[in-house]
Amino acid sequence: MNTNQTVTVSEKLLFERSTKNRVGVSFPPLDVPEKKPHGSLLRKNLDLPELSEPDVVRHYTRLSHWNFSIDQNFYPLGSCTMKYNPKINEWGARHEAFSLLHPNAPEDSVQGALELMWELQEMLKELSGMDGVTLLPLAGAQGEFTGLKLIRAFHENNKQTRNKILIPDTAHGTNPATCTLAGFEVLKIPTTGEGLLSIEHIQKSLSHDVAALMVTNPNTLGYWEENLKEIADLLHKNGSLVYCDGANFNAFVGLAKMRDCGVDVMHINLHKTFSTPHGGGGPGSGPVAFIKKLEPFQPTPIIKKESEKFSLDWNKSQSIGALSTFYGNFGMLIRAYIYMKTLGIEGLKHMSHMAVLNANYIRARLKKYYDLPFPRKFCLHETIFSDKKQTPYGVTTLDIAKRLLDFGYHPPTIYFPLVVKGALMIEPTESESKQTLDDFCDTMIHIAGEAQKNPQLLKKAPYNTRVRRVDEVRAARNPILTYKLSSTAEE
Amino acid sequence: MKYIPHTQEEIQSMLSTIGVERLEDIFPQALKQKIDFHFPHALSELEIKKKISDLGLKNKTQYSSFLGGGAYQHFIPEVVDTLSSRSEFSTAYTPYQPEASQGTLQSLFEFQTMIAHLTGMEISNASMYELASACAEAILMALRIQKNRKKVLIAGNIHPRYQQTCLTFLKEQDMEVEWVPYHQETGQIDLTHLSSKLNENVACLLIQSPNYFGVLEPLKEIHQSLKNHGALFITAISDLTSLGLFEPPGSFGADIVVGEAQSLGNPVSFGGPYIGILTSKMDYVRQLPGRLVGETVDLDGKRAFTLTLNTREQHIRREKATSNICTNQNLCALRTSIYLATLGKQGLKEVAVQNYSKTEFAKEVFSKIKNVQLRFSGNTYNEFIYKTPLSNKEVLEKLKEKNILGGLNLSEGILSCFTELTTKEDILYYAQNLKDIVS
Repeated sequence: MNTNQTVTVSEKLLFERSTKNRVGVSFPPLDVPEKKPHGSLLRKNLDLPELSEPDVVRHYTRLSHWNFSIDQNFYPLGSCTMKYNPKINEWGARHEAFSLLHPNAPEDSVQGALELMWELQEMLKELSGMDGVTLLPLAGAQGEFTGLKLIRAFHENNKQTRNKILIPDTAHGTNPATCTLAGFEVLKIPTTGEGLLSIEHIQKSLSHDVAALMVTNPNTLGYWEENLKEIADLLHKNGSLVYCDGANFNAFVGLAKMRDCGVDVMHINLHKTFSTPHGGGGPGSGPVAFIKKLEPFQPTPIIKKESEKFSLDWNKSQSIGALSTFYGNFGMLIRAYIYMKTLGIEGLKHMSHMAVLNANYIRARLKKYYDLPFPRKFCLHETIFSDKKQTPYGVTTLDIAKRLLDFGYHPPTIYFPLVVKGALMIEPTESESKQTLDDFCDTMIHIAGEAQKNPQLLKKAPYNTRVRRVDEVRAARNPILTYKLSSTAEE
Repeated sequence: MKYIPHTQEEIQSMLSTIGVERLEDIFPQALKQKIDFHFPHALSELEIKKKISDLGLKNKTQYSSFLGGGAYQHFIPEVVDTLSSRSEFSTAYTPYQPEASQGTLQSLFEFQTMIAHLTGMEISNASMYELASACAEAILMALRIQKNRKKVLIAGNIHPRYQQTCLTFLKEQDMEVEWVPYHQETGQIDLTHLSSKLNENVACLLIQSPNYFGVLEPLKEIHQSLKNHGALFITAISDLTSLGLFEPPGSFGADIVVGEAQSLGNPVSFGGPYIGILTSKMDYVRQLPGRLVGETVDLDGKRAFTLTLNTREQHIRREKATSNICTNQNLCALRTSIYLATLGKQGLKEVAVQNYSKTEFAKEVFSKIKNVQLRFSGNTYNEFIYKTPLSNKEVLEKLKEKNILGGLNLSEGILSCFTELTTKEDILYYAQNLKDIVS
């Protein structure tokens, strides 16, 4: 439980703390004549808060106490993979030989950075079984966009117009959203009662319009798509490709290569599988791995290695083009590189094994108390429950999630995947110990008991957090998106 | 395995709770195969530290650098690193559960407020990946607002990677891009050309100010011309410290402002992670891409913050979402907020005055060198282009021999950047060597 006393301390907004003429920084005196632009160009009014350095330090330190975080709390968030973020990774990303490196510096002065990126690409190639990797995509969603653009370019190069992407109904929201951005139409594929894709459903959906299947493996129910190879063969026979959303790569790193399942292109979320921090919502990084056939279309620049010298190739006539100003979220690449190097292949395999063991352990301990939809014997890295057993008492998944906060646990992913009504999607990750899992399961069982005996208690949870249940409807109805100097808070 | 806590005994006990004997029993057949991996062997912390330091030594950062062009070296107060490194921020999840995320949410609300004020706009989202892709998102947003208009104008003097990124993202959209050329003397957008391209089918114009050549655009005149045709005005700003000194685009009628906030407290870090900003008028809020934080109350009526207007986003709207974006650059947004809070009104103004003054000084010194010519006459902030009779490549290589990274090699000349980190001595050393090279 978050018992830090500053949880209850009020902390005003920066603007409410501001005092005229206070300064938090000092600069050397200007060593050239002072100049200012003339007339209408010159800024008249700059509304920024005025604070001292100690003001700023106290402000943000207090705010930090109001967050749950991996370093304080267990986060069984399905699909989001909240694993431990090693401290040595942070050291590497802050190393001045990299953090002070300007992206426009000449190639011979950035050889260390390019070598690191090259090696990271090689490792990702090996783990995915693919022929090429681009580190440029800035997040998983941009990775999806890149992958779909590669697919489009491939078909166009073959003088084919294919406008449909098959997407299972268990997919992440980014998948269909990315399809729209990349100009594709979505064809939704239903999941079978077993929680898998069926060969039949795919067969029925195939036509010469189908550009690709976009599949998540293991899927968001936590199950391995057992028919994927056969399904991929069908798609290939149809002239279509197979895209894999690699959000759940952490379930099988070192245990299988996606290429062997017939996948042609996949993105990998470094912040999920390879331990880069979530940062409260970013930055992410979404490298894309692809087979040889898609190589000519990859985004630029491309890292080249010639006799131990690294360079960037900006000119590829068939490339899908630029995704951003520079070379991807380099600071994230350093962290993932260190993680992979530190674990080695045996460590990565062990990581996948323990992630799966942990999920199955929670599943075994909770299945008496919570409903298991799409029941199969075992799951992979995540397990999905629903609120079906609590519904008779009027208790919903949201109530269970909010009550967990009182016990110091971040709730699981809720109401996703959409195919499960009232889903509670639990992914413990490999870095949590048996003790943590036991405590969590005990709490979940306790809450199941509360749901029966005292459902009203859950309805009003949480009680022990910085704020009580937040009125999200009010926020959306009357959006207040910035602080207005006139509207001082009544707190 | 130091990040994985399980002992053999615990594994066995967990397996028996699950009801199996061996670990492999819980895995599907496909994950039980023996596969070979060619993979580097595991390194201890001691070894990886050495490895990273060795790689670092292969980079050269000892130069006196005048590089800009989309990434800018500025002074970052120590508090930015100290506070943003707090793992309560860095190891937190996306604030979907507001009761567990008030720290992140309040700081984002403050970020939105400061960025809106800085750009002179009504609202800001909680950040984008970086500027090039934010430019693309801004154009897509304008196309959604202007449903029946199918033409997009982009200034030919914006950063070429912003141009290319826009094309990558716009290619599948039902619209057409036209380029607006720049004036050969001023380096600013050619207003006559702009007027000739405007009609009722133009959804928006994207310009950058200061533009890729470092020249400030005539925002007022551009807005005048767009207004008559109902085209939306999008301004991109690659170094937001410039707004410490210059009147913001919001004062000149901009509809959407995008920017690169790397300059505000984020290291150049070989190109990323950076942080894009996207601000607009309140009228367009429903078409905004990305996350938004709003103020509300909790059950007891206490002020609280939460992600809001989620119905625009991919996890709710799926294929009908305003964007596929799923992250913000939260940690960079936090750094930006801490930077702005620490510098405040006076500090940011001081940074901007220093950048401007040093650049004006450099322009004066450079223009006195025989055979060196400033390329454009327009007002600048902290970058400008100069030309010499020699090839840019030759000049830059010779400067490098003197430990100077003189700037970027553009077709119009050499683009050099001067910030508060540049000393008078640096400028004079650069000028002296440049003089030796060109004379």
